[in-house]
Amino acid sequence: MPEVSRKAALALAASAAMALLATACTGQPDAGANDDASKDTTINFWHAWSDPSEVKAVTSLIDGFRKAHPNIRVNVVGNMTDDKINQALRTGGAKAPDVISSFTTNNVGKFCSSGALVDLNPFFEKTGTDPEKTFPKAMNEYTQFDGKRCTVPLLGDAYGLYYNKDAFAAAGIKNPPRTWSEFEADAKKLTIPQADGYRQLGFMPDYHGWESTTEHYFAQFSPAYFDSSGKSSLATDPAFEKGFTLQKRLVDELGGYRKLEKYRAGLGDEWGPKHPFHTGQVAMQLDGEWRLGMAEEAKPKFEIGVAPLPVPDDQAGQYGKGYITGTIAGIAATSKKQNAAWKLVKYMTTDTDAVVGFANDIHNVPSTLAALKSPKLKYDPRFKTFLDIAANPDSTTTPASINGGQYLVTIQQFGYDYESGRAKDLKAGLLRTAQQIDTDIAQAK
Amino acid sequence: MTTITLASKRRRSALKTLAFMSPWLIGFAVFFAYPLISTVYFSFMHYDGFGPPTWRGTRNWTYVFQSYPLFWPALRNTLWLVLVMVTLRVVFGLGVGLLITRIRTGTGVFRTLFYLPYLAPPVAATMAFAFLLNPGTGPVNSLLERVGIPAPGWFGDPTWSKPALTMLALWGVGDLMVIFMAALLDVPTEQYEAAELDGASPWQRFRYVTLPNISPIVMFAVVTGVIQTMQYYTQPLIAGKVASGVIQGAGTQFEPGYPERSTLTLPQLVYNLGFQRFEYGPACVVALVLFALSMVFTAFLMRRRGGLIQAGD
Repeated sequence: MPEVSRKAALALAASAAMALLATACTGQPDAGANDDASKDTTINFWHAWSDPSEVKAVTSLIDGFRKAHPNIRVNVVGNMTDDKINQALRTGGAKAPDVISSFTTNNVGKFCSSGALVDLNPFFEKTGTDPEKTFPKAMNEYTQFDGKRCTVPLLGDAYGLYYNKDAFAAAGIKNPPRTWSEFEADAKKLTIPQADGYRQLGFMPDYHGWESTTEHYFAQFSPAYFDSSGKSSLATDPAFEKGFTLQKRLVDELGGYRKLEKYRAGLGDEWGPKHPFHTGQVAMQLDGEWRLGMAEEAKPKFEIGVAPLPVPDDQAGQYGKGYITGTIAGIAATSKKQNAAWKLVKYMTTDTDAVVGFANDIHNVPSTLAALKSPKLKYDPRFKTFLDIAANPDSTTTPASINGGQYLVTIQQFGYDYESGRAKDLKAGLLRTAQQIDTDIAQAK
Repeated sequence: MTTITLASKRRRSALKTLAFMSPWLIGFAVFFAYPLISTVYFSFMHYDGFGPPTWRGTRNWTYVFQSYPLFWPALRNTLWLVLVMVTLRVVFGLGVGLLITRIRTGTGVFRTLFYLPYLAPPVAATMAFAFLLNPGTGPVNSLLERVGIPAPGWFGDPTWSKPALTMLALWGVGDLMVIFMAALLDVPTEQYEAAELDGASPWQRFRYVTLPNISPIVMFAVVTGVIQTMQYYTQPLIAGKVASGVIQGAGTQFEPGYPERSTLTLPQLVYNLGFQRFEYGPACVVALVLFALSMVFTAFLMRRRGGLIQAGD
């Protein structure tokens, strides 16, 4: 029946066209700050915290907001990854978040360049708040991209060195290492082999050792990730070569990649009580300020010491610096309640008591200048190390990029190839990786 | 007058046909034609989920084939899995089916035992395997080491990660076992009796009686196996994540394929490009490559059908 098949084809084409048209009308952010924030309303807030104590801290933060703004109810959804947040920001709808917070500073560039989160500058202007006078310099930097402030800092993170004081005493080491060469010597002294593994490993240098990522190591070398024209400096800035060489030497000296990876496979996970630092299986740990609280909660059988991470021998004068990043908050472009959402963001990120209370509960570094000085800030004396790292002018962060943290993933991927011995020529590898970063950025534009 | 009546009758019958066909037509248009057309369309566009898509030409295609470092390893892994995993699964499924049809006592127990693993959710099954095959603390390696066999690194070693995934796939072969058992029990017993009278050995009975009778089912198992393996996503992702230590941490950026891109598959790239990097253009290119590959494999197998399935089947 030719007529039928012609009609069928027509029907098919028509329905396909209709479907195309239907979707062409959706997916675009359709919003604006036109809502009345003084009326009764409910907003959705998505965050990434998942540990019960952290979730409790978020709840008490929101309770504080509710007292100040009884007309705005907040639906809180936790344990959200950036992948999920990103997808929800694109879909929009009544259940999508109005306010998000993410652990990944690396994604700020993508959040800003894609228009997923609204520019908050007009909101700051409207309320007469100057972000530059409110937030510390590094945090102020990593929350914007290309002149757009699409995020605000919501607590900060600083990275340092945790060490097992008892293990140090047993190995005859008096002070935490200040330079990488001291660190290398200490890591070797603290390593006690057993059968084909370790009774105690001085330090787990592998890039899969949780926070031992390339960017956390390299921060101690103060690298420039991009040159003035926006091209990757991976192959031109000697800081990277030094960073990779140091890590590879640690891997080789502490037992070699295979042996270390085999040991790592049997260790407890990063967020559980059986973390190898808590259990004494590794004596030194590169980690963020939150580890102190987590480690103490696990009741370790040794005394915990805290210090800044070492620096290269030729930069000994800069001892005390570290890597800075943090949680960020922003308002969804698809939100129809942006004024109400701003009330929440403003409260969470600029109300000194709220910031201090949240920092106390979650054991993070406060993210406003006023909160950093607040007498209400309660902390273990060791925690002061991280406050100092955060305030250190030599501390560095990683710059925002149009495709988010993709360049860091690419560098990290090269790190895996280099530490495992798959990539042997470091210079050629760095050049290739830099080209890859440039190609990926061009592709995302 | 007669012509008009005839024409209107024909139109009415055509409409009736169309009405009966409409559920399928709508389903086809919405769930197949439209996604396919828009995938082709977006493969030539720059689109990140916001703003209107802009014309890109063939840049997404050249990016995937020339500059995206994960594409070729993922393609190689997918082909490896299609060839090795599908073959082994069919052979193993058939073997288990044959064994169980031969068993005289306790058939029910064995059937249940072999079928049960298939019911395990993929994530749980993979986590269990990652635990069993942990190179540091896993019981499998402790056992191997105790009897003096050098223990492999399994999911932590690029040479062993795909064989480990294959073992996991073989463990869950219950679905194939059931359909093979049904097919094997359907083979007419008189054919075996005749072959036996002619002096056929067990191998000859299998080769000339069993195999020709069950060949449509073998074909079904191979074709569905190829398509399933082309969509292989969950198990390699979970195995890679668990082995690399990156299990949790909302801020953790993870590139799939640990170790050394050995567990990377094409569907993971679609997710990585599309829903982690939000570059829908290149993601559509990879999706189309996957689609084309599935079509080629299926077409090839269907053409070979003549050799496998006898006339009249």
